[in-house]
Amino acid sequence: MSTHKPGNRSLANPRTLAALAVSGLLLGSAVMAAEGPGLGKPISEAQLQGWDLIVAPDGTGLPEGSGTAAQGQAVYEQKCAACHGMQGEGTPGVPALAGGSLTATPPVMTAGSYWPHASTIFDYVRRAMPPLAPKSLTDTEVYQVTAYVLHLHGIVERDFVLDSASLPQVKMPNAGNFIDRSQVQ
Amino acid sequence: MQNNNKSEPVRSDERITLLSDQVAGNGLLSRRHLLGLGLAGAGGLVTSNVLAADAGVLTRSAWSMAPGKDPSEYGNPSSYAAQVKRLAPAPNTISPGTGASRTPLHLLQGTITPNSLHFERHHAGVPDIDPAQHRLVLHGMVRQPLEFSYEDLLAYPMVSQVYFLECSGNSGANSGPTVTDNSAGGLHGLLSCAEWTGVRLSTLLDEAGVAPGASWITATGADAASLGRSVPLDKALRDVIIALYQNGEPIRPEQGYPMRMFVPGWEGNVSVKWLTQIKVTDGPANFRDETSRYTELLPDGKSLQFTYPMGVKSVITAPSGQMTLTRRGLHEVTGLAWSGSGAIRRVEISADGGRTWADAHIDGDQRELALTRFRLPWLWEGAEAVLQSRATDSAGNVQPSRAAWVAQYSPANRYHYNGIQSWAVSAQGEVKNVYA
Repeated sequence: MSTHKPGNRSLANPRTLAALAVSGLLLGSAVMAAEGPGLGKPISEAQLQGWDLIVAPDGTGLPEGSGTAAQGQAVYEQKCAACHGMQGEGTPGVPALAGGSLTATPPVMTAGSYWPHASTIFDYVRRAMPPLAPKSLTDTEVYQVTAYVLHLHGIVERDFVLDSASLPQVKMPNAGNFIDRSQVQ
Repeated sequence: MQNNNKSEPVRSDERITLLSDQVAGNGLLSRRHLLGLGLAGAGGLVTSNVLAADAGVLTRSAWSMAPGKDPSEYGNPSSYAAQVKRLAPAPNTISPGTGASRTPLHLLQGTITPNSLHFERHHAGVPDIDPAQHRLVLHGMVRQPLEFSYEDLLAYPMVSQVYFLECSGNSGANSGPTVTDNSAGGLHGLLSCAEWTGVRLSTLLDEAGVAPGASWITATGADAASLGRSVPLDKALRDVIIALYQNGEPIRPEQGYPMRMFVPGWEGNVSVKWLTQIKVTDGPANFRDETSRYTELLPDGKSLQFTYPMGVKSVITAPSGQMTLTRRGLHEVTGLAWSGSGAIRRVEISADGGRTWADAHIDGDQRELALTRFRLPWLWEGAEAVLQSRATDSAGNVQPSRAAWVAQYSPANRYHYNGIQSWAVSAQGEVKNVYA
């Protein structure tokens, strides 16, 4: 790696620095304090509304809107079922979404049986599905389809209203069975 | 291996000379002794009679008699080396652009992967990004959210470092119950190594000002999948770079042009390509690719999540699967070793299926988090053999046997496979993947 360490932030040599100072290039203290030239342009979180698609398990990032499995069935059958199957059973080369068990031989790992957080379904469908037209579903449609996928595995009722308040409360069957290895570095 | 001399046994006086320096069973020899003899001496010991028989009167070739091609703007390999290419699958019709191509490890030497041969793994194809329109946004738990253009980043201080990159699913075929007949590249080619140059992420995070309480970053790409991964903040500040160059040239579209997050030593999927967003947070996002995928199911039904460093591993690239030894005599056993937890300290080779082992010679510097090339001479006299290599890293981790690896996980898990590779050599010289 380079020898440019955080504790050693001075520029190359004092004479260069003096020359820069004399020529007026060292404007303000930011140039001296930062490791870089400080070219980042300020932006506000408001400007990222609709662009930032990250949804965390605690619901952070969930948009306005809501949907039920009953509403999601039509969307699912129109936009998802061709690949994932009418009951989320999957087709050759495409993962199943519902059913299956981790104690079967071999284990069947579906969104219903395996995924630890409902937020991941919402996040992934919104950013990446369907593969030929990702990000084409409205937020309402994503709530509806997420509710339907959860319903296919029997996790929520058909008329359960999924929204930013209820989604983080959904208990996934396999939650709690993941061992966090992130500190093993 | 070009001399077809299967029927010619090694002369008994040569055999005695060579085997006096045997360092492990079934013909593994000391490299020091061969170096002492000099290359010509060692080669001459075994093949002098062959050379004498083959050498006729030399004539000049046509290319020595007329001028060749002009210099060109961007070079290509020799047409005679056209077989040195990635192992790429047929296009994915269900999810276009999704899939992987593999580095032909068995056709390469040294440790640096040429950019055209670096493995690929895409989750929704390779986007054609105009760098003038691309933005990297740093936001979340920061003092001041910032936006950077590609041109902005080119003006930042950069660092260059050689790092391997390995997909978490690399070698997964060997985790299955049935052995797969494939080449070293076909089995283990989701592995490459390049010099990556870019801006330290810590420099950009300093500029935005990380807020108290932040402990993770969550990053996404600008591809159609908007692939996302979470990385603990301490790693992000330690050695993660925003890579802009790969082996000296702008990184290839398949590797994330105009920029990728490069996370040294960790499973390849976290080095998010086409990087456009870094959101500083107080927890992981639990993206699909860190919950549904890239988690390891255990025998008891629990799963490991956020398994980041790639385990210590090695593979012999020659002789390797689907090759044929066409002559008896002296061969070089060579391969690659690496670890996501440091540098390679030791590689041992066995030619008898793990009964006896010899230390391989390790080329050059033992760089951290980079591929290491190892070598050892081997006298093959036509007997059956099982070649294996076993790596040890600077943290003391030793590459496990396949059986030991398999015992740790559910049969459904194929991620983070780092068991010892066994190549069986038949009496006819055919080399095959086996479980041994």
